[in-house]
Amino acid sequence: MARLIRRYDDGTRINHWIVALLFLAAGLSGLALFHPLFWPFTGLFGGGQWTRILHPFMGLAMVVGFVVLFFQVVRDNCWTRGDTEWLRRSPRLIRTKREDELPPVAKYNAGQKGVFWLFTVCLLVLLVSGFFFWEPWFASAVPILVRRIAVVLHALAGFLLVLGVIVHVYAAIWVKGSMRAMTRGTVTSAWARRHHPVWHREVSGEPAGDAPER
Amino acid sequence: MSSLQSLDIAARSATTVQPPVVRRNVTEVTKLIDVSSCIGCKACQVACMQWNDLRDEVGENVGQYDNPSDLTPQSWTVMRFAEVQMKQPDESTRLEWLIRKDGCMHCEDPGCLKACPAPGAIVKYANGIVDFISENCIGCGYCITGCPFDIPRISPVDNRAYKCSLCSDRVAVGLEPACAKVCPTGAIRFGSKQDMLEFGAGRIADLKERGYEHAAIYDPPGVGGTHVVYVLQHGDQPELYNDLPANPVVSPLVSLWKGVAKPLAVAGMIGAVLAGFFHYMKVGPVEEEEDGGDAPARRARPGAGTTGERDTTRGG
Repeated sequence: MARLIRRYDDGTRINHWIVALLFLAAGLSGLALFHPLFWPFTGLFGGGQWTRILHPFMGLAMVVGFVVLFFQVVRDNCWTRGDTEWLRRSPRLIRTKREDELPPVAKYNAGQKGVFWLFTVCLLVLLVSGFFFWEPWFASAVPILVRRIAVVLHALAGFLLVLGVIVHVYAAIWVKGSMRAMTRGTVTSAWARRHHPVWHREVSGEPAGDAPER
Repeated sequence: MSSLQSLDIAARSATTVQPPVVRRNVTEVTKLIDVSSCIGCKACQVACMQWNDLRDEVGENVGQYDNPSDLTPQSWTVMRFAEVQMKQPDESTRLEWLIRKDGCMHCEDPGCLKACPAPGAIVKYANGIVDFISENCIGCGYCITGCPFDIPRISPVDNRAYKCSLCSDRVAVGLEPACAKVCPTGAIRFGSKQDMLEFGAGRIADLKERGYEHAAIYDPPGVGGTHVVYVLQHGDQPELYNDLPANPVVSPLVSLWKGVAKPLAVAGMIGAVLAGFFHYMKVGPVEEEEDGGDAPARRARPGAGTTGERDTTRGG
């Protein structure tokens, strides 16, 4: 029986999945309004008018959930010098799956932190720019030039957010043993020692034997 | 206004394929508005209301002759009155009352259609008329960001955008738009674009003879020309006519957003998914290690650095 370490409590997990589902809904409806290729997604929301009506509310709910998530995990996402070094050496990890020459990782590695901050910035831009052309509530009060800038920024931030989510989801699929952190709340001791030795030491009190001591 | 289609469609919003083009011997139509012949009677506004069955709310006097004071979902055309002091050759000034009938210009390259995300909510007919097909409209307001003339208005009642249809339903059966039919001075004329430009050229020559040396036809090339053209006494200063833009273009922001960014972003997103898929197939997953005997076996490879022999007894 593998020894398990708790990585996320119930509240963080449930909130993460609320945000994820709202991202799916806001993302699909947003894509439908961005490119005709994705227009059929409007059928999921009850047609074009309903997609236009629902999209901002779903996006707003996602941001509210993310704000909670932000404060649940921001503490472990502060950037360190080791993260810069980790990022610099990460191409080798992607090519060879070898982590042994990377700086030891605490709860999150630099890639995870990068995704976290990308989400934060994108959602902030999406939130603010979205208000500027939200029909029928706010758009009419906004000068047309500002609305033009807002739609471009909204599309750009949405695009980057989708790219970030693709990376986020792929990383969870790629590194086996990661997914259970969000589905069950626990990871195996071996997983933690290998991928997050500093965090493993903190939570288990054991020395992070896996990682080179630096 | 409606999709009961009797005109060929040359361009359709949020549609990436070529619309049917077999029948293309269609004359491009144009409405010419001769500002120099307009007396500001607003018969065109009344005719527009009557034909299109529009009844706007009775508004309030805002201290000028414009009534209503702006375009609305129920007022598709508005006479805009401008009082300007024009310098004369002898350095004196003369008061001029420039009255411009505002409304959709029916651009050859319509920014509203470019911005619209709803397939078929905005169409351009082969004869040049740009029409909103209201039942396909989703009320997002993107057309407002696309329009260089600030024309579309969204109804708060049904959340759909409205504007002048150039009476596409009348034109389809060989009639002129209601405003052109009713104009008592002949300031509004309707016909083929070529005929209108020829008629306008005659008006320009006449105006120049009468001292309006900068008289010109307003048919802005920045939007590919328009299917509503003005005869302006002061063609070098269109801003005099209640801020008619001198060189209207579809905003570069909108062109970026609904132009090159669209396919690039889609390619980027699909490319990212494919990159992940093939990375997994090539490199394979980072497998989970057996708990208990995790570290030693795997770490015993050259160049692995200081690895944890200490771990052998841990875990499990």
